[in-house]
Amino acid sequence: MKVSYFPGCTLKNKAKDLDIYAYKSADVLGVTLEEIENWQCCGGVFTTANDEVATKLSSVRALKYASDKNQPLVSVCSACHNVLKQTNYAMQTNTQFADKVNRYMAEDGAYNGETEVYHYLEMLRDLVTFDTLKEKVVNVLKGKKIAAYYGCLLLRPNTVMKMDDPENPTIMEDFIRALGADAVVYAKRNECCGGYISAQSPETAKKNSQAIIENAKAAGAEMIITACPLCKYNLVKSGADIPVVYFTELLAEALGVKEDTNE
Amino acid sequence: MNNRYLQKEILRISGADVSKCMRCGKCSGTCPAYDEMEYHPHQFANMVESGDIEPLLNSQSLYKCLSCFACIDRCPRGVEPAKIVEAVRLLATRKQGANHMTANDVPAIVDEDTPQQLLVSAFRKYTK
Ligand code: SF4
Ligand code: SF4
Ligand code: SF4
Ligand code: SF4
Repeated sequence: MKVSYFPGCTLKNKAKDLDIYAYKSADVLGVTLEEIENWQCCGGVFTTANDEVATKLSSVRALKYASDKNQPLVSVCSACHNVLKQTNYAMQTNTQFADKVNRYMAEDGAYNGETEVYHYLEMLRDLVTFDTLKEKVVNVLKGKKIAAYYGCLLLRPNTVMKMDDPENPTIMEDFIRALGADAVVYAKRNECCGGYISAQSPETAKKNSQAIIENAKAAGAEMIITACPLCKYNLVKSGADIPVVYFTELLAEALGVKEDTNE
Repeated sequence: MNNRYLQKEILRISGADVSKCMRCGKCSGTCPAYDEMEYHPHQFANMVESGDIEPLLNSQSLYKCLSCFACIDRCPRGVEPAKIVEAVRLLATRKQGANHMTANDVPAIVDEDTPQQLLVSAFRKYTK
């Protein structure tokens, strides 16, 4: 299976592990990630304003690229996925906005939201299936107690993201179980770490992040996994005393294409 | 003060329907930035409904919202307060010289682990 892949700027820089192990694992699972040519940064946060057009064009171009190749568009970073999916939804549902955007799309051709946008985790669940994933695991992570940190951007707004039940999600726990580990469920797994507020008030991000880690630990977690580089940064900076790793690292370890994940 | 022009602008940009709000306060109760905010998500909805816009435009609360979209998902009436905060924030930052962060602030923010995502997102939210 071939899919279009949007890596995003952080994955080519500070979050290389999120990218590298996404590729390696996809290989084992029979998925080819075809990186979009000349992709541009999505901007990190989707602005919900109807009259913001220019800031959404990079996402539309990526979506259009995938639709030209008749492929689903996959990304790994929660933020990229959120921006791509919300932009796609706006192109499908807001004709006034889509008209304005398409005035900038003369060279690429008009786009109206045809592409199916998947987060890598959704690709595993819906296209690869967790049963197939289970069969490919060579390094069963038995007995490891792992907490999934969803943060906000994978799940919300739910009318658009439609990944899972936004208040009681299971996709990351099912992923953890498919790798043979124990999934630790805790209340704050879908509460915000503070995101970009750490640029202006690091104390706020620290307070939020510490509450999340304490909550996960109280539920028995020995490790936290995330899909978002900023979540990871905030959790680690707040002084996490258990490892916080990308879900792709854990995946690659279970599939036998990475050494022990326990930095 | 009742500012009908700004009120219309905000409703147009956000697409939110503030008249649906039933004042339950759930959006503010769930907001992770509540403690930091002078005006809370439900107040954004209510003050826009009554046209009381200037205090919001001048409030630091605009820069405390984390875009976590919790208030959008958890509002029982589909008011989507985050979209209102975003619209008011843009009205403020689109004014010349109203940026809330500049490139000069970057050295103080970054360390060796800072993900690009942090700076990109912060610039998107704090500047225009
Ligand atoms: S989330 Fe960040 S890193 Fe990823 S593409 Fe968007 S802005 Fe760039
Ligand atoms: S938890 Fe924070 S960093 Fe993670 S997705 Fe939400 S806002 Fe972004
Ligand atoms: S989107 Fe903003 S206003 Fe709404 S709950 Fe999150 S931080 Fe609060
Ligand atoms: S949750 Fe919705 S209905 Fe309740 S106060 Fe907030 S905006 Fe109004």
